[in-house]
Amino acid sequence: MTVEAPISAARATRSPAPRRRLRSLTKRDRIVLGVMIGIPTLIQAVLVWIPLLASVALSFFKWDGLQLSGFVFQGLTNYNFVFNQAPAFWPAVLHNIVWLLFLGLIGTPLGLLLAVLLDSKIRGSRIYQTVFFMPVMLSLALIGIIWQLMYSQDNGLINNVLGTAGTPAAIDWFGDSSVNLWAALVAATWRHAGYIMVLYLAGLKGVDPSIKEAASLDGANGRQTFFRVVFPAMAATNVIIVVITVIESLRAFDIVYVINHGTNGLELLSVLVVQYLVGETQVIGIGSAFAVVLLVISLVPIVIYLSRTFRTKE
Amino acid sequence: MTTTTAPAAARRTRVTASTRTRIKNGPGVWGAYLFLTVAAILWLIPLLWAVYTSLRPKADTDRLGYFSIGGSYGFSNFAQAWTQGGFLTYFGNSAFITIATVVLTLFFASMMAFAVSRFSWRFNVTLLIMFTAGNLLPPQVLATPIFELFKLIQLPYSISDSGSLLNQLVGVVAANTGFQIGFCTFVLSNFMKAIPQELGEAARVDGAGVWTQYWRVIMPLTRPALAALGTLEVIFIYNDYFWPLILIQSGNRLPITTAINNLQGQFLSNYNLLSAGAIITVIPTLVIYLALQRQFVAGLTLGASKG
Amino acid sequence: MVATRSGRFEIDRRTLLRTGGLGAVSLAGVGLLAACSGGTAGGGSGGGGGSLTFGSNASDAVPKKAYAAFVSAFEKKSKDTVSTNVSDHNSFQDKITNYLQGSPDDAFTWFAGYRMQYIAKKGLVGDVSDVWSKIGSNYSDALKKASTGEDGKQYFVPNYNYPWGFFYRKSFWQSNGWEVPGTFDELVALCKKMKAKGIIPIEFTDKDLWPACGTFDYLNMRINGYQFHVDLCAHKESWNSSQVKEVFDTWKELLPYYDPSAAGLTWQEGAQKLGNKQAGMMLLGSFITQQFTDASVLNDIDFFPFPEVKVEGTDAVEAPIDGLMLSKKGAQNQAAKDMLQFMGTGAGQEAYYSVDKSNIMTAKDADTSGYSAFTKKLSGVIADAKSISQFFDRDALPAMASNVLEPAMLNFLKSGTVNLANIESQAKTLYSQQ
Repeated sequence: MTVEAPISAARATRSPAPRRRLRSLTKRDRIVLGVMIGIPTLIQAVLVWIPLLASVALSFFKWDGLQLSGFVFQGLTNYNFVFNQAPAFWPAVLHNIVWLLFLGLIGTPLGLLLAVLLDSKIRGSRIYQTVFFMPVMLSLALIGIIWQLMYSQDNGLINNVLGTAGTPAAIDWFGDSSVNLWAALVAATWRHAGYIMVLYLAGLKGVDPSIKEAASLDGANGRQTFFRVVFPAMAATNVIIVVITVIESLRAFDIVYVINHGTNGLELLSVLVVQYLVGETQVIGIGSAFAVVLLVISLVPIVIYLSRTFRTKE
Repeated sequence: MTTTTAPAAARRTRVTASTRTRIKNGPGVWGAYLFLTVAAILWLIPLLWAVYTSLRPKADTDRLGYFSIGGSYGFSNFAQAWTQGGFLTYFGNSAFITIATVVLTLFFASMMAFAVSRFSWRFNVTLLIMFTAGNLLPPQVLATPIFELFKLIQLPYSISDSGSLLNQLVGVVAANTGFQIGFCTFVLSNFMKAIPQELGEAARVDGAGVWTQYWRVIMPLTRPALAALGTLEVIFIYNDYFWPLILIQSGNRLPITTAINNLQGQFLSNYNLLSAGAIITVIPTLVIYLALQRQFVAGLTLGASKG
Repeated sequence: MVATRSGRFEIDRRTLLRTGGLGAVSLAGVGLLAACSGGTAGGGSGGGGGSLTFGSNASDAVPKKAYAAFVSAFEKKSKDTVSTNVSDHNSFQDKITNYLQGSPDDAFTWFAGYRMQYIAKKGLVGDVSDVWSKIGSNYSDALKKASTGEDGKQYFVPNYNYPWGFFYRKSFWQSNGWEVPGTFDELVALCKKMKAKGIIPIEFTDKDLWPACGTFDYLNMRINGYQFHVDLCAHKESWNSSQVKEVFDTWKELLPYYDPSAAGLTWQEGAQKLGNKQAGMMLLGSFITQQFTDASVLNDIDFFPFPEVKVEGTDAVEAPIDGLMLSKKGAQNQAAKDMLQFMGTGAGQEAYYSVDKSNIMTAKDADTSGYSAFTKKLSGVIADAKSISQFFDRDALPAMASNVLEPAMLNFLKSGTVNLANIESQAKTLYSQQ
């Protein structure tokens, strides 16, 4: 899934137009407005806010999910399991960090580079954009399958090009736990870079042309102009892209779940939640404890983003 | 390279075009072309490889290997994958979930955005922040309680054959709507804020109530944002893998994005069929992309262009 | 690739359809026989005209057809009408508790063992003890035990089972002068010989994680006995014990003889290697035969039970049982009870077997004259067994199997070490959560 929200940050910071106070409304209009606010708010409350609180609450209980009477409070037992017993927890944390670093150091910069190159007057810019952007249209689940065809040990394109297919030297890219995280990250980057490219292209178009002109007149070369003038002028977009990268890394799920259900080297926090959540292996308390850990980590970029976005409004 | 040779005067008149970071003629520009071309080819390979594999009969690839040329080419894998995979059902489910979710989301989000952006009341910013925050969470965080909630909701069997919201397409629509409203509200409220306040005033002077202002005045003006956002949401919901995975129990009720995982098991070691299935799944998004690329990109970057 | 769980082996049964599978070797006429032989135990109290819904996890071609044959035989006999809802095998399993709490069918396909007992204990399914009072004599005691919940009532009617053991190619072994090992030491000695010849002695596949349970279960039962297996699965025995340690220590002797790329292989790929004589033998369920589409290879496949290790003999056999159960709603429906009763008869099982021949019928009066020598051998192993285990992920808490033991075994396979204290601590938490 894609992180969508932050993109409009720039617009949010604009000063709001003077708005009408409710006092000036008729009673009927107030009721109408109340309904217009009430329904979406109720939906949000029932489907987002209350479940969120419930996740936190459930993480302190044991519950078989069958009857509402079956709750047994058990303090921090579930957290003890998460932190001290589940062997997959710390690897999952590590993998999430690797995921973040890979996207942050390779995927996102690659997207920036593509955007900067394509923003210059280069022939066929639109065609290049279309190509790089294509994977963004695909679901990560599908990307997992498409790359399976590339990575397959004996039948995949990569090992065939390397000439190792069918020999003992052939690497099983998705099956070998020493490489499969990287293989999955390459596939994820295939999509991520195009996404960043489009956002950054839009950001670049918004930069006031005169400052570039000025820098150029001052004798700055292309690189200097970009790093000293353009990049700082795009602070809002940069924040958005950092936030997107962080949140995408925390949300990573579909692709590893499609590859091997997030096992054997592809453990991620989101997968651990689901492992203890669906099917016969359901242990609600433990699944919720994993969810809360993921929630707490996610709150860091979310709070940073929201405070930046809405600060100017208050 | 025509632009670089254009007269300086002409350039100055076309400010927006000419002041983009320009790569000057010389090794730099060739380097850029080389890099972009190599990258573009690498970018296309995974999809082209899938297309190529899907066009070849399994018998040929068994004989020659997948990394080969020769044998016959055709669409038989597509026909076989289509019937064997039951794509029609999956596409039907995807269409229902996607259309219902997008319509509901835009409707509710536009009402909320209207109320937040056109009126000033206590907590309106607080609510907007909470709406926005909800959409940024990893959905896994909400999954357990939503699952249990849907299970506990009792519905008459005449409406739901599970007696609850589980295993129902409407359940997936509800979860997706709840998750997407925050984002759409945020985007639309920013857009509506930019609509001059006087337009609403004029309508009010003419005796229009709040609903008329929303439906007759603001919504028509919001159409560009709704179109862009709608396109974006169609892709997001179509590509959603997670909620049906959690909420749907019967294989024949899955939307295509979640169902392809089952196809992977079903077409095991038949990469020809698997590729064909993958390509079939891609086609709707590709059609939307090529037809509405502008809308989609606009949706993604909505607001970001106004630095 | 998708991580398939045990019991999900149907995936490639469509190959059976193409080739006839075991049936090609055995006898093709069983379907006809089944149609004529009727059932001695009788099927149902017969009023007829009733109806029921049947939820089937048999989503792949051959089992799907086989259940359709069973259902139509039942309909013919009882005059009841059955509407069948087929679900994807994997999701059906994943979502069983939700399914049973949601809108279950009257009857549904399921497995014996803890998985059955768990949903029975939670009160999600219907008691079929009265059906058993009519079909009980048609099953062995071991099968009855496997169909009984913790409360002593029956909840399950077996259809077929399939033994786990070592499969190999007769001609390949004969030409090399290799002999079936009777003891673990002989097994290791044989492996050594094979390895010297450049053959992978034991094909092992662990991409899907669950196949490793077969080796664990057998070593555990051969070293510590069947009862220990049962108690360990129920967590009445500790994982951090000398007994479990001995299992892994013994297992370690086999690791050098496994396929080096085991961690990335599916059992289907492993079976291909066995068929191509790249590997000497493979421990799996008899569904492995589905993979051999070439009749000359299929005819050449033979079977031997897991050798003796410490406990004398080989009288415990791993033979998971698949069959039918009733939902709570279904237990109120006489037609549904009649269908389960029909499953407990030779006639019912033969109707199924006439299409899907990769398994062993469980009813005593089932006509086995159509079995090939190979199938007879498999069924003999089960018939002679003193105790039948179900497979770790059917006998134990599912979360214990897939979230704890299976990853630990994969790690053991790669590193040769296992942290039993950690497994025990996880087991304690997970079992206490139930």
